[in-house]
Amino acid sequence: MSGRQSATPHPSDVYFFATCVVDQFFPGAGMDAITLLERRGITVHFPEEQTCCGQPAYTSGFPDEARKVAAHQLTVFPNDWPVVVPSGSCAGMMKHHYPTLFANDPLRKAQAEALSARIYELTDFLVNVLDWKPQDTGGDCTVVLHTSCSARREMGVHLTGRKLLGELGKVTVAQQDHESECCGFGGTFSIKQPEISGAMVEDKVKALKATGAERVVSADCGCLMNILGHAAWKDAQEGRSKPTLPGEHIASFLLRRTAK
Amino acid sequence: MNAQPIHFKPSEGFRERAKAVVDNPFLRQSFRGAMDFLMTKRAGQFPDPEELESLRTLGEQIRQYNLGKLPELLVRLEENLTRNGIQVHWAETPEEANAIILGICQKVGAKLMVKGKSMVSEEIELNHAAEAAGIGALESDMGEYIVQLAGEKPSHIIMPAIHKTKEEIATLFHEKVPGVDYTDNVDALIQIGRKVLREKFLEADIGLSGVNFAIAETGTLCLVENEGNGRMCTTTPPIHVAITGIEKIVEQLAHVPPLLSLLTRSATGQNISTYFNMISSPRKPGEKDGPEEVHLVLLDNGRSQAYADEQLRKTLQCIRCGACMNHCPVYTRIGGHAYGTTYPGPIGKIISPHMLGLEATSTMATASSLCGACGEVCPVKIPIPELLMRLREESFSAPHENPGMRGQGAGYNGLVSFIWRAWATVYRSPALYRLATWAGSRLSWLLPSSQGPWTTVRTPLKPAPKRLRDMLKERA
Repeated sequence: MSGRQSATPHPSDVYFFATCVVDQFFPGAGMDAITLLERRGITVHFPEEQTCCGQPAYTSGFPDEARKVAAHQLTVFPNDWPVVVPSGSCAGMMKHHYPTLFANDPLRKAQAEALSARIYELTDFLVNVLDWKPQDTGGDCTVVLHTSCSARREMGVHLTGRKLLGELGKVTVAQQDHESECCGFGGTFSIKQPEISGAMVEDKVKALKATGAERVVSADCGCLMNILGHAAWKDAQEGRSKPTLPGEHIASFLLRRTAK
Repeated sequence: MNAQPIHFKPSEGFRERAKAVVDNPFLRQSFRGAMDFLMTKRAGQFPDPEELESLRTLGEQIRQYNLGKLPELLVRLEENLTRNGIQVHWAETPEEANAIILGICQKVGAKLMVKGKSMVSEEIELNHAAEAAGIGALESDMGEYIVQLAGEKPSHIIMPAIHKTKEEIATLFHEKVPGVDYTDNVDALIQIGRKVLREKFLEADIGLSGVNFAIAETGTLCLVENEGNGRMCTTTPPIHVAITGIEKIVEQLAHVPPLLSLLTRSATGQNISTYFNMISSPRKPGEKDGPEEVHLVLLDNGRSQAYADEQLRKTLQCIRCGACMNHCPVYTRIGGHAYGTTYPGPIGKIISPHMLGLEATSTMATASSLCGACGEVCPVKIPIPELLMRLREESFSAPHENPGMRGQGAGYNGLVSFIWRAWATVYRSPALYRLATWAGSRLSWLLPSSQGPWTTVRTPLKPAPKRLRDMLKERA
């Protein structure tokens, strides 16, 4: 499932598809991911015209609306460079659902298939294309990794984030209970079924905290919005001013831990 | 004694029922423990991921091959069953199926029917119909017996009483079974149930069972079970009535072993079930046991609607192992009853709309984060998340002429559709997107601290003061 088979060995240029969530809510994570790639000697191109992969509409039962938004993204990456996406979920949409979305539109289907072959989730790209082995420069630290369901089950890249963290000599990666279970985000699921979604994120945050890790890292900002949002809400409920579960995108953590 | 049938729309009150369970820490813990146990058992059966994958692919191919020939196979099944002396009946609706079964009962003046585990009999609410006709219907699967004693419905398709603790069962037996003292010793409880049921097997006029696989080329009904009650139901009473959905058919005997292996390993983590029954005829002259009559009722109940659509047809690949519910984070949080449908969990969400219509089930498909755990474990590779998205589309799109699904457009909301159209207009246009996100980043202080359902357990969402594109510009 990972993009290994279509890898361009050590490309000089890549496109960066930030995702609308990173662009608007986690811009620092996007900057850090770009910097990580640049430090590997790659020229990173950020097409200004990019918007959203279309997944929110797609998973909510509005494929026509998703198709319109997806059709625009098909025009944004004209050169034959890899497209690196700092999210397993949005990468999964572009890699696996675009071809289906344009099944009845031969021209766009061909474009979607060509784009699909160039889509890489960030950690997959760092490990399997760049073969990056980060050198740790920080002190002792324990983190816990949350992998999104799309990264795990759709993109099959659940091991690459773990591999990168494993390269960091002084970083311990804690094991959480029910690791492969969904955090309960699920896009509009979180607002259509807030009781069930709330129970899921409650259990996820408990499991993450129970590891004693000082922070959670993830390669998906959708999950982070949900997990960190609940952890902060719980802290506020219980009158704590210091966050009990800080967290960040894995790109930010990797950037901070590694040398230029 | 029998359960109250569920005649309300499962969609109505779903959130309230889910909330009641979610807010009950005892139930939450109990479901979590039970599902963990079942997941561990299954995982133990599939230590080799490659073997699992090749077996799942084989299972998928067998089911798709047979569904591809379904109309022809049903005719062959009927021919071969008839040749073997098994009487075949066709029912389009639950009402028709009940009328057929009660007709068989009434012809011989039956007073008591003992039942092996059959989810299709739950689907048609046979117990209720039998009771209304003055015929006793007694569940003989231990879990089903418990659920029936409690006046409830199964909360899981394989483990009907998974929601009950042994203490609850102990109290139930003490209160409902005459002459039973309170004991929460599980072996003792099982013996109590066995003793009651033994006598009923001998007393019953009719034995009812489900069917796991119906083999067209041989005219054989296969029944998978663990307690031996299925064998008792199908051999002791003078008449055996089997009921199944039309999709449970395979062409060849050779198709059964891989599916059986996938079924028992996925369902209960067993290499093979304790009993596997193959029923090919009523008692033959000179034979000392077995029923004098065997009937098969083939039920449609919306399955042909799923069948007619290439994508939705995959729903019918299901072999009813229940692994999707065992691995579902939603089922684990809310249990089976909250769904309000005969079939709960992921498979329930994709099959129930065909049985009950989208009017009654339109919110069911929204109760999924699309995490994909169900599709990942499905032994016949039903793409459940894909089908859930399709059902969302069928439900929320504007009603149109000649819909393929009953209740298409039932969840249509003009305002919601307008919002998605507006969203698409903004997100397909780089200029509008830039404008909207610029406004979002500058005006985030205007966002309310209460953001509806999101902020019931989370802090509000606030766009960052600078977008990534702004930061990149500043850096350049």
